[in-house]
Amino acid sequence: MRNPSSLASREPAARRSFTLQRRQIQTLLFQLRAFVALIILVIIFSILSPDFLTLNDLTIVAEHVSINALLAIGQSFVILTAGIDLSVGSIVGLTAMVAGYLISQGLPLPMFGVVVYFNVWVVILISLLVGIVLGLINGLVITRLSVAPFIATLGMLYAARGLALLTSNGATFPDLGGDPSLGNTGFPFLGTGNILGVPMPIWLMILFGVVASFVASRTPFGRQVYAIGGNERAARLSGIRVNRVKLLVYVISGFCAAMTGLVIASQLQAAQPATGESYELNAIAAVVLGGTSLFGGRGTILGSIIGAFVIGVLSDGLVLIGVSEFWQMVIKGAVIVLAVVIDQLQQRWQKRAALA
Amino acid sequence: MSAADREMAPDIVLRAEGITKIYGGTVALDNVDFTVYRGKVNVLIGENGAGKSTLMKIIAGAETATRGRLLLEGQPVHFKSPREAARAGIGMIYQELNLFPNLSVAENIFLDHEAMRRRGFLVDRRRQQEAARRLLERLEQPIDPQALVGNLRLGQQQIVEIAKALARDVRILIMDEPTSALTTAEVEILFRVIRELKEQGVSIIYISHKLEELLRIGDYVTILRDSHRVAEAPVSAIDVNWIVEQMIGRSVSETYIHQERTPGQELLRVEHLSLPRPGGGLLLDDVSFQVRAGEIVALYGLLGAGRSELLECLMGLHPEASGALWVAGQPVRGRTVGERIAEGLVLVPEDRQREGLVPTLSVAHNMVLASLRRYLSGLALSRKKELTAVRRLISDLGIKAPSPQTLIEALSGGNQQKVVVARGLLTEPRVLLLDEPTRGIDIGAKADLFRLMNRLASEGLGVLFVSSELREVMSVADRILVLARGRLTGEFRREEASEEALVAAASAGQGPVSEKEETGEWSTGGTLQTGTADSSQIATPAASASKERCDQPRPQA
Repeated sequence: MRNPSSLASREPAARRSFTLQRRQIQTLLFQLRAFVALIILVIIFSILSPDFLTLNDLTIVAEHVSINALLAIGQSFVILTAGIDLSVGSIVGLTAMVAGYLISQGLPLPMFGVVVYFNVWVVILISLLVGIVLGLINGLVITRLSVAPFIATLGMLYAARGLALLTSNGATFPDLGGDPSLGNTGFPFLGTGNILGVPMPIWLMILFGVVASFVASRTPFGRQVYAIGGNERAARLSGIRVNRVKLLVYVISGFCAAMTGLVIASQLQAAQPATGESYELNAIAAVVLGGTSLFGGRGTILGSIIGAFVIGVLSDGLVLIGVSEFWQMVIKGAVIVLAVVIDQLQQRWQKRAALA
Repeated sequence: MSAADREMAPDIVLRAEGITKIYGGTVALDNVDFTVYRGKVNVLIGENGAGKSTLMKIIAGAETATRGRLLLEGQPVHFKSPREAARAGIGMIYQELNLFPNLSVAENIFLDHEAMRRRGFLVDRRRQQEAARRLLERLEQPIDPQALVGNLRLGQQQIVEIAKALARDVRILIMDEPTSALTTAEVEILFRVIRELKEQGVSIIYISHKLEELLRIGDYVTILRDSHRVAEAPVSAIDVNWIVEQMIGRSVSETYIHQERTPGQELLRVEHLSLPRPGGGLLLDDVSFQVRAGEIVALYGLLGAGRSELLECLMGLHPEASGALWVAGQPVRGRTVGERIAEGLVLVPEDRQREGLVPTLSVAHNMVLASLRRYLSGLALSRKKELTAVRRLISDLGIKAPSPQTLIEALSGGNQQKVVVARGLLTEPRVLLLDEPTRGIDIGAKADLFRLMNRLASEGLGVLFVSSELREVMSVADRILVLARGRLTGEFRREEASEEALVAAASAGQGPVSEKEETGEWSTGGTLQTGTADSSQIATPAASASKERCDQPRPQA
């Protein structure tokens, strides 16, 4: 059917095309904002410290960044649904301890009087499963028992840390190189090995980043995550299984945290119960720096990874140019708040333009 | 104001001269003059996007004009914020209500200028509640000042918004579509309040899409089209047709469209549907009906009659409901909304902002949200498939959007509504359920929507729509179902429907039809929400309604 009003629509459309182009450029800049900040930081640090831009140093920075990036990727999905996962740091600690325990102590089976030592692959699998299960518990408490995400994951933050301490009574599992006679060597490769000269953690970050970006931007699940964050009721009325999507989001976050725990334990070749303490805050900061709204529905995975880079470059760079640790914290805090302020200004501006 | 002053009409209180507003590259207002006459209802009309809201925001201080000036009592004024405008005596009731659902009615009314204890920092709650009660009494609404606003029905929230504006001493009150959520009886009350305000010398700026209403209440009419002022006239000199011609250049008979069709097979069958009311009683009581292919069925009733709940039950949103459903002869088994959609039902909800739109997503992404699986190629969504579907619906429904990637919030109300309808249509439903689909959209968009409903019916869909506008119900539907207090109290074929019969059926079970009885329906909504704490021994809504009626002093009209 030809609608008279569809004819009328052409005129304002033409009038708006100019604005549209400008808005598209602005949106692009908005998405690249963290990236621009990153480049500026790199330039500043390389001027202040000639060592900074050497390839060797950049690789070290990237390695540090990869840990935050992995956590931030999982956290992004949660925050996009307008949730929050405070438990990731503790899940990092617990999975590191589980991996450490299984490699150094093995799994004792008293009824058979034996201790089973698993192959490294199985250890990794079990550790990841631990992360998945904890994420699942988070998700179930939030969706089935209607507990606010902040509270549910705060509870998990304490509980998982407690479990991590319980695995060793607070001690460290050192020397996770494995024993050739037990057939469980090779664990350090995950954190310290490299393929084609690129360290494994960076490969993992790239792999997780690509898969997560694809899931977020190109699959129905990703679209549903954004919709729930934007308007949960509308999403529900559109037939989206809101609870199922939310559950999955916390599982993804738990899985990413478990991967991070494995990488850290492998890098250190030791598992400490305090591993990953307060990492949840780094992850949230990275996500927010990357332009994701804590109210949900807006943001990208790539943004979160860039956000992780900004935090990583900032802390490593400040160390390199000799800024004291205490001042580092002050600067980091200011940068995070500044990022959100810019975000808010940008949004206000966009909204004003959109309401024209 | 003395009688002598009043005779010196027309007396201008506010003039906007040559107002131009440019957002980015878009001209929202182009050299617009607007005059507000003292103690009159100054009506502003225009299609959505014509610039009405922008002009009002400028007058209310929420926006500043790019060019042009405001003269208040002949003096130029510049409002930098709504607060400054409020201090000058200009108040505004926004269409999208600005209320805090988590605060009580009294707290909302006195927000920002709380009654304080003498020399104290503490809010004087009792005084505030007393004042709120008096205001609500003046509006003839038995709303408990202590009730949470979030628990009130939309219509009641509207009344609270009006009370909020009245609580400040306003000399110019802007009302942006104040009646869009009100029933006929409530509209009468509002009009009475408006006349009272006029008596007191308050000037009203009144925006609405309901033309008959404007002719009844308005004194002067200003018409905007495409950012320009096209006409101004005293209401006594004009009629509906003139307004419509000025607005869109086509006539009214083209708005309420109805085509003759022969209904086909039965598409939706509902039997013995009942929904328990939290706290006892029934929200829906043994409702049975059918909708056939090619049929447009209207569901008419007063606010709180259970119309929205009925549609929600059909979508599986109330697992506690009992009864049986068939779609196209197949018993409906699905429990979740997604399963119901797969079985051929889809709902366009009443409250666009709260339940329809995802504000963070684009037009395209909003549109495909309920039918994502259809655009899969492999694991990924195919942009090409999505865009093909979106473009088809945009041109089919005449949606005015700069591009499919535009944020949904940038569209006008009517176009947003069309996007929500398009989302439903992309699920390829057998039966389309629409809850107050024309709420807050302009006459052009309304005509488009009715035309679309007719076309869909001709294509063999069943259409069931909820409405509280008699005219709409009587002229668009093939068959009208009337719901009162959760029961079906009437069913009319198009030919046999009359206004009197519909109103009588809608007020069934409430004694003789009178305005008072209709407003009594209000309290039902109120009791439902505010809980049984204060009236625990009362079982039926009718009883509690009459109790509240007794409690409320009711001035004679």
